[in-house]
Amino acid sequence: MLNIRKEFGTFVANDNITLQLRKGEIHALLGENGAGKSTLMNVLFGLYQPEGGEIRVHGKKVDIENPNIANDLGIGMVHQHFMLVEKFTVTENIILGLEPKSGMTIDRDTARKKVMEISEQYGLKIDPDAKIEDISVGMQQRVEILKTLYRGADILIFDEPTAVLTPQEIQELIQIMKRLIAEGKSIILITHKLKEIMQVADRCTVIRRGRYIGTVEVDETVNEDSLAEMMVGREVNFDAEYSKADPQQVVLDVQNLVVKDSRGLSVVEGLDLQIRAGEVLGIAGIDGNGQTELIEAITGLKKPESGKVMLNGQDVTGHTPRKMTEAGIGHIPQDRHKHGLVLDYSIRDNMVLQTYYKEPFSKRGLMNYKAVAEKAKALIEKFDVRTPSIDVPARALSGGNQQKAIIAREVDRSPDLLIAAQPTRGLDVGAIEFIHEQLIKEREKGRAVLLISFELDEILHVSDRIAVLYEGKIVGIRDPKETTEQELGFLMAGGQRGDETE
Amino acid sequence: MKKLSLNQLLIPLLSIILGLLVGAIVMLIGGYDPVQGFISLFEGMFGSPYAVGETLRAAAPLIFSGLAVAFAFRTGLFNIGVEGQVLIGWVAAVYVGINFDLPMFLHLPLALLAAMVAAAIWAFVPGFLKAKFYVHEVITSIMMNYIALYTTNAILRNVIGVTNERTDSVKESASLASPWLQELTTYSRLHWGVLIAVLAAIVYYYILQRTTLGYELRAVGFNKHASQYAGMSVNRNIVLSFVISGMFAGLAGAMEGLGTFGSMTLSASFTGVGFDGIAVALLGANTAIGVVLAAILFAGLNIGGLAMQLGANVPSELVKVIIAAIVIFVASGYAINYVVEKLKGNRKKGVEKK
Amino acid sequence: MSFLEVLYIVVPVALAYATPLIIAALGGIFSERSGVVNIALEGIMVIGAATGIITTLTLTDLGAGALSPWIALLVAMVVGALFSLFLAVPAILWRADQTVLGVAINMLAIGLAIFVVRVLYNKGQTDFIEYRIAKENVPFLSDIPVLKMFFINVQYTSFVAIALAFVVWFVIFKTPFGLRLRSVGEHPMAADTMGINVTKMRFMGVMLSGAFGGLAGAVYAVTVTTNFSGTTIVGQGFLAIAAMIFGKWNPLGALGAGLFFGFAQALSIIGSNLPVINNVPQLLLLIAPYALTILALAGLVGRADAPKSVGIPYIKGKR
Repeated sequence: MLNIRKEFGTFVANDNITLQLRKGEIHALLGENGAGKSTLMNVLFGLYQPEGGEIRVHGKKVDIENPNIANDLGIGMVHQHFMLVEKFTVTENIILGLEPKSGMTIDRDTARKKVMEISEQYGLKIDPDAKIEDISVGMQQRVEILKTLYRGADILIFDEPTAVLTPQEIQELIQIMKRLIAEGKSIILITHKLKEIMQVADRCTVIRRGRYIGTVEVDETVNEDSLAEMMVGREVNFDAEYSKADPQQVVLDVQNLVVKDSRGLSVVEGLDLQIRAGEVLGIAGIDGNGQTELIEAITGLKKPESGKVMLNGQDVTGHTPRKMTEAGIGHIPQDRHKHGLVLDYSIRDNMVLQTYYKEPFSKRGLMNYKAVAEKAKALIEKFDVRTPSIDVPARALSGGNQQKAIIAREVDRSPDLLIAAQPTRGLDVGAIEFIHEQLIKEREKGRAVLLISFELDEILHVSDRIAVLYEGKIVGIRDPKETTEQELGFLMAGGQRGDETE
Repeated sequence: MKKLSLNQLLIPLLSIILGLLVGAIVMLIGGYDPVQGFISLFEGMFGSPYAVGETLRAAAPLIFSGLAVAFAFRTGLFNIGVEGQVLIGWVAAVYVGINFDLPMFLHLPLALLAAMVAAAIWAFVPGFLKAKFYVHEVITSIMMNYIALYTTNAILRNVIGVTNERTDSVKESASLASPWLQELTTYSRLHWGVLIAVLAAIVYYYILQRTTLGYELRAVGFNKHASQYAGMSVNRNIVLSFVISGMFAGLAGAMEGLGTFGSMTLSASFTGVGFDGIAVALLGANTAIGVVLAAILFAGLNIGGLAMQLGANVPSELVKVIIAAIVIFVASGYAINYVVEKLKGNRKKGVEKK
Repeated sequence: MSFLEVLYIVVPVALAYATPLIIAALGGIFSERSGVVNIALEGIMVIGAATGIITTLTLTDLGAGALSPWIALLVAMVVGALFSLFLAVPAILWRADQTVLGVAINMLAIGLAIFVVRVLYNKGQTDFIEYRIAKENVPFLSDIPVLKMFFINVQYTSFVAIALAFVVWFVIFKTPFGLRLRSVGEHPMAADTMGINVTKMRFMGVMLSGAFGGLAGAVYAVTVTTNFSGTTIVGQGFLAIAAMIFGKWNPLGALGAGLFFGFAQALSIIGSNLPVINNVPQLLLLIAPYALTILALAGLVGRADAPKSVGIPYIKGKR
């Protein structure tokens, strides 16, 4: 791919980017969230058309107008958000669009046989007749890989493939990737995780804010720090030390909590947890081990099956979100677009999302929008939310500024307990630092902070104590200064169940 | 905000023009003279005091049904069941209008209230099913329409006791009729309902834009997840929205039952007031003022259609085609926007660039 | 009258009313399985009915005789498919709200149909057709005791409808086309990345729906009403949607639901002349299909889940 340029309106997502993939290599594409990695790959896969530059496959210039052409050229993509039809079987998903036929009907026997053949050739174990909705995430990813292989792909693009996997599944994936290389395939690995690059990649191309930075051989001469510098554009200090915590009384006490998910399965199973005023407690764990349900139970969005949630010594189990908020919980939600903001409301109206019904914003059932505007102006100034005015819809703001607005709103209510779920997801380094500082500030004001994140780096960086969540239980509590990523990873994968240190 | 309103105006206005253009083309194909047709149509809409009276008379129920649909739209719900709620409101108003003997200052409000309450209860069903069982409100509302149609006919026959297909007239103390307004418009059927309808539009604006309830309802409409997270009861708001929407719909029925006809007739099919309400809400962009204007336009078209048939011999059904075309164009706002932007861009660049 | 004798009267009527419902519901399945809500089925049936009658009248004048209604059915299919473009183009290409479009198209259909009738015949309704699709006793089969209730006084269109249900089931669940159609209705982006043309598949879904809807309207007109006016199709399209949902978007389910709803309609129409049934309030029979559909949706009569992406326009490159 040479000098690729892609614009969305006035926004340039890719500006003059070159990426050359050699046969038989694993080539990492490194960049921060929003740097333009996915855009570039969607251009290669034919989902977007570039405004400039050209693509050559085996030296020949090609126009990839749609995914069909990409398929014909032997380019396959393993999407970050799996492109699978949940109600279909594994086999149906793999053959979709290229079905073997006998007469008018789909030849299911041939289809199954072919799928099994490929699955054995590359060591991708699957159940061809299972429905997608019934199989694990790791298995679904294998189906995604099989889809590309079934179409005869020689170049495989992996888009952030490890984001949803357990450490074990990541190791399996790495083995699969090595096996694919051994069978003569070439791989582009899109990621922002430096460790993975060091582990598997042969070469690495770095892009930043849509621009090409450079391509390096991954050998002894590079390390994680140098790659990070290329990615961010300045030296990054991952080890910024914050002051020491001074924990006080228990603010949140969760006892033997059981929560069921929407399918009726217990995903939080007898969880115990205590957080004190003046500390940041980080919850480490792979996505899907009960994080969402735990937060929902604490914030009142979901009623727990059994167990207790105590806030400042008061039993608040099963109270409504409104009561929880009033009892002193602030919540920076995991999905800011879905839960954090009403995107079509102005910034002004978003700033009182929890307090709109209280004086001075509401009197005798009527809104006082003047008071709302004053509040919004004050918060925007205090937290440096960059917005042209308080009247623009929240949708128009950048991700970082949206998150700042949410934090401003939540922190302003002076909650005793601040829950921050994945507060930095999808943000650039500047915004991440700002948000971490805000969390520490709250801690120093004597608030209890509960941080939930899938990024171990973040957990290790900000927390005063780390609780590891596995299958709905806290399986260990560690001091970030004394533990290692390896140990945490081991616990996160269920390595040492029941070994409580407290 | 200023920029937005320009765009908000552009699509409805363009749609009206395109809709009329479709009407002209259909007239040409049918072998009629579009110029003559449109002259008769517009004369029938606004050309005489009588025409104005009839247009405003027909606008009253459409304002209500438009507000009903728009209110639900603003809270993220599609109340396609206004049609049935209109019938239920109508039959309730007529029942009270016939069977009670009260002074006017009690009787008329009571009849209006009956229409509101009955239709609100009817609208409660899809709202409740949506809140409780997550059933899509469009399908349940459609089913409730047919249940309403058959049920009102059964009530007319068995409870009110219809002879000759039609009920007795409501008592004068429950009637919206106004001899003064009739006289003013050379004996159209114009009644006080149109004033109540305009009042209702103001109430609509006030609820949504000024009250705390309105803040909640709109928040739920835009993003129910965030609303729930913020401590609002999404389910309560869904039900409430449907109930309030139903009240507006019920009053649309009362306009016919206490105003235009002063009675109710057995019917095998719908009145169309509810479905027209969808068109009104859409063209009016769910704003109070927009709904009032759109209702007057569509009411005028319906009324003018009859004049068109008499004056230019063009079948009055053409009006339905025009209204439908306008709705399709408004609904295709994305495409219209796209074309407009393209034209703008081309004008700037001077030449078309591929 | 014995119970069996009652059935001999009711079943043929039920079949006659069920036939258009089944066909239209099958049409609805094509559209919704591809991800496009089809509230416009009612309007498409109106157009089909008008086309059926007008074509039959014209062909009869031209001397096609008893063949005219059958040819009219084919013409109605084509016209229905074309008319459904009013839904397909804005819904698929312009991202218009599908429910709103449906309502508008229903309005458009009745306006346009009556307009055309007035242009052609200078009055608001057509004459009655001379050759309708006749009620017949199927030779041989109508002599079998008990089972003969399905073969006496029956129109062959009913058998066509039942056969179509099996054909559609085969197409949807056994052929590559069906797999692709369903994938587009469930997860259009996944289908797109697999090289399936989402736009094309959805157009086919909607236009097949138009063809079936047109056929259904025409069948109703040439078997039941035998003329066309503004009140020929009043609610059959929506009843077909109910049958589609009650049958859980499955062609065989729609067949069962269509037969059941046809039975309820038959009873409400002729029930007052029959023993036992005349004690059931007519209102109950009339509202039964609608009430049952609501209960089915609420999960009280078996859960009905719509295709996942139905009603959502597909925008390329949007996650």
